[in-house]
Amino acid sequence: MARINDVGGTQGFGAIDTADDTEPFHADWEARVVGLFNTLRAQGLFNTNEFRDAIESMPPAEYLAASYYERWFTAIVALLETKGVLEPGELDD
Amino acid sequence: MTGEHLDATIARRVRRLETLLEEKGLITGERVDEAIDAFLASSSPANGARVVARAWTDEAYRSRLLADGTAAVRELGYMEGSYQRLRVVENTADTHNVIVCTLCSCYPLRLLGPSPSWYKSEAYRSRVVREPRSVLREFGLELPGTVDITVWDSSAESRYMVLPRRPEGTEGLTEEELAALVTRNALIGTATV
Repeated sequence: MARINDVGGTQGFGAIDTADDTEPFHADWEARVVGLFNTLRAQGLFNTNEFRDAIESMPPAEYLAASYYERWFTAIVALLETKGVLEPGELDD
Repeated sequence: MTGEHLDATIARRVRRLETLLEEKGLITGERVDEAIDAFLASSSPANGARVVARAWTDEAYRSRLLADGTAAVRELGYMEGSYQRLRVVENTADTHNVIVCTLCSCYPLRLLGPSPSWYKSEAYRSRVVREPRSVLREFGLELPGTVDITVWDSSAESRYMVLPRRPEGTEGLTEEELAALVTRNALIGTATV
C-alpha cells in the first residue's frame, strides 16, 4: 500500500505558492534540524534510507499537518528512540 | 495555536534535543554549526548555471553531459564521491522538461542550491505529474500546445537537471555572462531560462 508521502497524481492539494523564496531556512530551528541531521548521520547513528523511512512512516494526518522540517525533526526523534539513544518521551520531560 | 506559537514550540523542542544529545556526549554545538555552514557553502544554483553555460558553448561537453550527467559535472568538480546519478534532460524546440520528487524532495542540491518551499509542497508534487501544463502556467510559463512536456520524477539514487535552450541573441556573450542568465527555476523546468 502506498504511504502518505506518495502524493503523485493525487487531487485536491490546491494551488501552488510559487513565491520564489531563496532563503534556505525560514527560522533558526530549521537550520539546527539540518545541522543535527548531518551531524548524527555522519556519526553513523542512522543512514539516509532509515531517515526517509521514518518520515514516510509518520501517521498520515500528522504528516500532512507538519511542515517540511517538522517532519525531519519527528523522524530524527523517532530514529533516536528506536536506536535507544533517547528513552521514549525523554524529550518531553 | 497560531503559527508563531507553533514555531516557538518546535524551536524549544529542537533546542531541548540538542541539549540532551550534548549531555550524552554525542554532539557539540560547534559540530552542528559546521554542518549547517557546510550545507550552505557547497550548494548553489550558480553551479548548475555554470554547467549549462559550458554546454551552450562547448558542443563536445554538451554531448558528454547528455550521455552521462554524473561524469560530466564531475569534470567541473561537482558530485564527486556521490552515490547519486545525475541525468541532464535537454529542452528543444518541441520538448520541455520539468523535474519533481513526488515522494518527497530529492533534488540535485549541489547544482541547484537549497530547494524552494514549493518544490517540497504537496501541491507541486501531486499536480505537476498530472497537469504539468497548468502547473507551468501558474509559474507564468505558457508553452505552445505543440511543445510536449516530459516530467521527470526523482528518486533516492536518480536526480535530474534541465538543460534550458540558449536564448536567441546571446551569440556574443561569454560563458560567464551566459551563466548569469540561467535561473534556478530554469534548471527545474518551471522557467525557460
